[in-house]
Amino acid sequence: MRASDKAPAGAGAAVPDDVEPGDAVQIGSPVQVSRYTAAARVNHWITAVSLVLLALSGLALFHPSLFFLTGLFGGGQWTRAIHPWIGVVLFFSFAGLFLRFWKANLPAREDGVWMARISDVLSGHEERLPEIGKYNAGQKFVFWSMSALILVLITSGVVIWDQYFSVFTSIEQKRIAVLIHAAAAVFAICVWIVHVYAAIWVKGTIGAMTRGRVTGGWAWRHHRKWLRELVGSPRRAPSNDPRTITK
Amino acid sequence: MFPPIPNASVAPGAERPRFGEKDVMRRSASEVTPPAQRQTEVAKLIDVTKCIGCKACQAACLEWNNLHEEVGFNHGVYDNPMDLTPDTFTLMRFSEWDNPDTGNLEWLIRKDGCMHCEDPGCLKACPSPGAIVQYSNGIVDFIHENCIGCGYCIKGCPFNIPRISKVDHTAYKCTLCSDRVAVGQGPACQKACPTQAIVFGTKDEMKDWADFRIKDLKSRGFDKAGLYDPPGVGGTHVMYVLHHADKPHIYAGLPDNPRISPLVQAWKGVTKYVGLAMMGVAAAAGFLHYAVSGPNKVTEEDEENAEKLAGGSPPPPPPENRRSPS
Repeated sequence: MRASDKAPAGAGAAVPDDVEPGDAVQIGSPVQVSRYTAAARVNHWITAVSLVLLALSGLALFHPSLFFLTGLFGGGQWTRAIHPWIGVVLFFSFAGLFLRFWKANLPAREDGVWMARISDVLSGHEERLPEIGKYNAGQKFVFWSMSALILVLITSGVVIWDQYFSVFTSIEQKRIAVLIHAAAAVFAICVWIVHVYAAIWVKGTIGAMTRGRVTGGWAWRHHRKWLRELVGSPRRAPSNDPRTITK
Repeated sequence: MFPPIPNASVAPGAERPRFGEKDVMRRSASEVTPPAQRQTEVAKLIDVTKCIGCKACQAACLEWNNLHEEVGFNHGVYDNPMDLTPDTFTLMRFSEWDNPDTGNLEWLIRKDGCMHCEDPGCLKACPSPGAIVQYSNGIVDFIHENCIGCGYCIKGCPFNIPRISKVDHTAYKCTLCSDRVAVGQGPACQKACPTQAIVFGTKDEMKDWADFRIKDLKSRGFDKAGLYDPPGVGGTHVMYVLHHADKPHIYAGLPDNPRISPLVQAWKGVTKYVGLAMMGVAAAAGFLHYAVSGPNKVTEEDEENAEKLAGGSPPPPPPENRRSPS
């Protein structure tokens, strides 16, 4: 049977943008849906740990009342020295995430409706929302704003990384960079709060980034278009489990 | 001649510092209660018009502070080294200026170094508690064991003075010889100056002395002679007598109207408070939303629908409001 025969209208044989390598449905009770490969999860957690360490060490130098956080890094000198290096780790780690996820985060038709009905989103009325692909507009906002902010942070960060790069810019340029760096970091931390809160609020989400799986019900409730795409255009998995539908 | 500062007394007890921790008026990244009584403000007056460019002050500074500047290169100018460094707290800067009014070539020699601002930009920018202090006599000092080497003081300084050492990664600048002043001595540079181009005393004495010098200069035809004590930083505890006080920039780029950069003010002011508030509001909004709306849980029905869909049996049709992707 050709994939398009069973797929909902419009889903052709080509893999849709929001279906990523490794995404798969395992039939059972409950249905399990593979959402993130092990590599994607490791990539995510390296980024996550770097971001938290950067926020802690950055906040320590941002406000005197948070300077005590330098104790976590072995004192002020260590905090100053290590923060930019963690930034380098974050940049490359996030670049990995970007390459993995950018395609599935391209704008889709239903994003506009989703945003227009943000009050239904916040009150948990999924039934009033359009069917959503792998990522909803909120997740896409987190993805793209983090991408932009991290680009701004690494650029402005290098300008104020005096230990190695002080000779390349003027003091006035460093003043501009340090202000941009602080402001961008504030926004990044706010976006991070939204991201973490969404994962806590929407039950069943965290498993996607720990074991790599969500339940079919979760996918049905929150990302039904993606689930339909996975079920609708099946290709037999190379694995021995004949009940796996994979991409 | 300005009366020289007498040598230090060798009487027992004279080595006791005359100011210290209790006289700290401002402390970086900290709230301090300023001392009830402010010490008499001190100042160093650098009379550029009397300077002969001998660099005795530069040598005395190296010697007193036990600094070892690396042997550099002759760039064909008198400036040596070419800029302030972590080991050069003070530097003679030589400028040749063609005076358009007289047609004279004037050789302007300015001793550059920390100005000890009344409103110190370095201290405002510093994130490390106690790495920069300002004593009530006006001296701004770096406390190296608290310095983390971030370089924020460089961004805060309107005069481009602090330098970070590549050896111990802390910031260095002129201390106004706080250790000498504490026992009643003048700074080493002042002590070494052979022409009294550098004098040291209370700020009032220095202003009076500057007035005397400016009157003298004016009587000699330097009608724009004046005192450089810039109000943009609340005045300084290192002041210059300039023959052309209407254009300080001709003295190797001395700022005409120095002030703490508005970028630094914004970074250390509104950004700090608005930033923390934004993060707090974001976190509080999360808690509030969870408390009001509760968790968003997957229902049994969702799971059953997923099983039907995956199992091939027809799941419920898409909701009406779902637009069909054409």
